This record gives sequence, structure tokens and C-alpha cells, in this order.
Amino acid sequence: MAESNPTGSILPESSQAGARLDDEERKRLRRAALERVGKWFLPAIVFVLTIWLWDRVVYWNEIQHYILPGPGLVLSTLIDDWELLLDALVVTLRITILALTVAVIGGAGLAILFTQSRFIQMSLFPYAVILQVTPIIAIAPLIFIYVDSKIVGLLICAWIVAFFPILSNTALGLNSADHNLRDLFRIYGASRWQQLLHLQMPTALPYFLGGLRIAGGLALIGAVVAEFVAGTGGIGSGLAFTILEAGYRLNIPLMFAALILIAATGVMIFTILSVVSHLLLHKWHESAIKHDT
Amino acid sequence: MPQKLLSLTNVGKTFAGKVEALRGMSLTVSEGDFVSLLGPSGCGKSTALRLIAGLTVPTTGQITWHVDHGDHDIGFVFQEPTLMPWATIERNVWLPFRLKGRSFGSVRDTIHEALSLVGLESFAGSYPRELSGGMKMRVSIARALATHPRIILMDEPFAALDEITRFKLNNDLLALKDALDCTIIFVTHSVFESVFLSSRIAVMAARPGRVIQELAVDAPYPRDDMFRTSRDYTKFCRTTSEALRNSMQDSDEFPAAPTG
Repeated sequence: MAESNPTGSILPESSQAGARLDDEERKRLRRAALERVGKWFLPAIVFVLTIWLWDRVVYWNEIQHYILPGPGLVLSTLIDDWELLLDALVVTLRITILALTVAVIGGAGLAILFTQSRFIQMSLFPYAVILQVTPIIAIAPLIFIYVDSKIVGLLICAWIVAFFPILSNTALGLNSADHNLRDLFRIYGASRWQQLLHLQMPTALPYFLGGLRIAGGLALIGAVVAEFVAGTGGIGSGLAFTILEAGYRLNIPLMFAALILIAATGVMIFTILSVVSHLLLHKWHESAIKHDT
Repeated sequence: MPQKLLSLTNVGKTFAGKVEALRGMSLTVSEGDFVSLLGPSGCGKSTALRLIAGLTVPTTGQITWHVDHGDHDIGFVFQEPTLMPWATIERNVWLPFRLKGRSFGSVRDTIHEALSLVGLESFAGSYPRELSGGMKMRVSIARALATHPRIILMDEPFAALDEITRFKLNNDLLALKDALDCTIIFVTHSVFESVFLSSRIAVMAARPGRVIQELAVDAPYPRDDMFRTSRDYTKFCRTTSEALRNSMQDSDEFPAAPTG
């Protein structure tokens, strides 16, 4: 009793070669092809133009390198001071990743706790919000008074900033399970644990991953901001301190080099988390499925 | 005389928001029955089904099972396919077994058997989004019957489908019921569907919901497309429509309104 024409083909019709197309469809295809190229090409042009303009502005106006270094000098600083910068990058990166890990465990764990007990949720959620809306730069000095270890202090700051999007997104996701499926689980006598594991957690996965992408960027921001406040010196200082210190010594090229590394780190974190998200969702979730129109 | 399966005796359900969904509903279902609950929207058909499934408890009256019934004795099909989008078709059908702690390997054959009954064995590894609405509904039905339940409860399962698909699934459902020899309670608001499928139709009235008339459709099974055009079918449809019209007149909501 199979239906003779199983619908639901994943291939878009337009991918069939040799089909006669009308003007509108041809235009659509051309536009799509242009967009595919433009997505990479246009930002590249903007990048090259900006670098060139930057270089020319410095050159034409004979700007001193302790005011605005040219792109060439920044690049050579990046290479010459690579060991110093790499050490700092590793420190910042370690704080960020550690904070993100703790944020994932804490945020998702708290979200699960919230769905298991309404009373815990009612009791704690307002304070999670307060923690989130208070600027980290205002809390950080206090944290460094009470916490001896600089690393632990930085970690706490980065965690405070990063955990909330994971908590709120995951909590929303856990509560978004289809109500019919929930009934079905009850009919089949599922335990709370089974419902959590087989229904609520898979439902929450896309929400969690959305929160994780935001949290990745925020963890980096938290780590950098906290280090500015902490003013860590000597060995074991991250990129933020490198910027501070270079600023005191009017080593502007080094400031730029460190800044570039921070931005690159942020982009890298976002890219990695996007790839993870795609890998986990592409088979079934709407957000990861390409549509014809 | 077939074995009685379950009875509803004077069942009433009032929700906390003071809505009286059901009042004094009585119904007896025997083994092998195909009972349709037919009525306008808001007549408590779905509430009755949820009560039987044990998803909610009656405020008054009682529901009695005349046979021992375990966890696997009820299958439920919703109006939406209600599949888990993150799981493949076979993993969706695995759900009732999985919740009983059965590994996938140990029930693989049963799952594939259920899928082949609804003609979808070749889609076992697909994801729900790759299937059409009618096919998803078949998966939902396969999941409900995979455990060989004593009774399958269906809450307007075909209401969201186009008519051609619905006719096809109606035919298939009867063939399945014949093959599996199970009991079905079927909620619908379609006179034609209820007459085609049922051995008995409980016509319900709204506000408060109750059964106002029970009609036996004593046309023999198996029924096929020929039955749809037969004189008997027309006759049963007319009788059922009249009963439904009376139920509407009884209701406070639609005073003496003629129905189409």
C-alpha cells in the first residue's frame, strides 16, 4: 500500500540540467550564482581597499608610527613579537575556553534543574537575570578583591558573562517539547528521566547551540574586559594586558597586533561553534536545511 | 458476543477554568469495535479520548477496563504526525519499545514489520522532514500499532490531509484493522469518514459534551471504494447527518441552526 509517488524529494527541481527555463527562473539562477561569488569576493575587495587606504593615509600625511602605524609595520610587529603575542594569546584563549566550558556545564545544568523543579526556577531565575544585566566591568573589581588567584578571578568574570545565554536558551528549549509528544511519552509510561533524555534534551539542542554561539563571543569579551580590570602583570598575562602595557609604552603597532589577534580569536570561536552546530543539526533541523526558494 | 473492553459510565470532566467539557457520557467498547466519536468542535471528543488514554482523570463517573491492560495496550495517533524530527523513521517507531528499555536491535524486525504494513519499509532510514504529510501519518500509525496494542485511539488523524490522501488512508486503515484484529476509537468531525470506517458511531453534542445518539453501521467488512458509492453508504450518511443536526440543535451554542 505504498504511495506510488513518494514525495519529499530533497533535490530542488532547478538542479535538473537541460530543463528549459523561463526568464524569471534564469534571472533567479544568475542572481544566486552572483551571490555565491559575491559573498566571498566583496568582503575581500573591501579588505584590500581598506588596507591600501590605511597605508596611503599614513604615508601621505607622514603620520608617526606612535600615533598610527601603517599596516606593514603592524604586520612586521605581529611577526617579530610573535612569541610574546602567542604566549598572551594562549592565556586569553585558555581563560575563554575554560569559562565557556564552565558556562556550558553551569548554564545547561541550571536549565535542566529549572525544568525539573518550578520552585527552584522561581527562586533563582531573577538572580540569574540580575547577574546578567549588571555590567561585568562594574563587578570585576570586587571579584579581584575577594579572589586571590588572578586566573580564577578572570574565569569567574568570563563565566558570568557567558553563562546566561546558555541558561536562558536551554531553559526555553527544554520547555518547548511538542505537547503531543509529551502526551505520547506519558501514554507509554516514560519516566521523568526518559522524558528529559529522549524528548526535552533533543528538543533543546538547537536552542542550546544558539546560546552557545553567543556565549562563545561573550566568554572572550568577559576574559578581555576582566583582564583590563585585573591589570595582570608579568608572566601569564593575556592579550588585554599586552594592549594595556603596549599603550603605556606607546608601542602602538603592538596594540594593533594584539587587537587583530583578539578579533581573529573571536571569529575563530564563532566559526568553530557554527560548524559544530551545523554538524549536529544539518540532518534534521529546519535552520540547517537549504530550501529551494 | 464479543468481549467487552472498556466502559465509560456517566463520565464528566470539568476543567479548573470552569469549562465543562463532558457531562454524563456513557459508552461501551467491545473487542473488535471500530467506534467513531462524531461531533462538532468543542463537543469534548478529544477530551473523551484523553480520558480513555489515561492522560487526564474524570471529574465524575468512571472508566472501567474489563480486561487486564498493561502499558502496551494503548496506541495513540494524534491529528499531527507527532514524530521526533531528530530521529529517523525507524527510530521514531522504536520509541514505545525504547521507553520500555528494549534495545533497537531486539525489536528491529518488529519495527520493520510495522513499517512494511504501512508501506514505508524503504523509508526506515529517512528523517521525517523528507516525507510527505500522508507518509508521516503512516509512520505515526505504524508507531501506534507496532506494539500490537489492544486498542488504538485516533484523534482526527486525517483531518489535516487532502481528500485523496485521506480516502487512501481510510482504506488502508480498514485493511490494517482487519489484518491486526484490533479495536479502534476514532475521533472525527466528518460524517462520511465515520460512516465509511465505523461499526458504531457515537454522535456527540457540545456544551456540555455528551453522547446523544449511538448508530450502528451494520454494513459488512471489508469495505472498499465500492462501498463509498453504494446506496447503503448514502443511507447511513443521511441518518448520521440527521443525528448530527439534532445534536447541534440540542446545543446552547447553536440554537436550532441548520447544518450543511
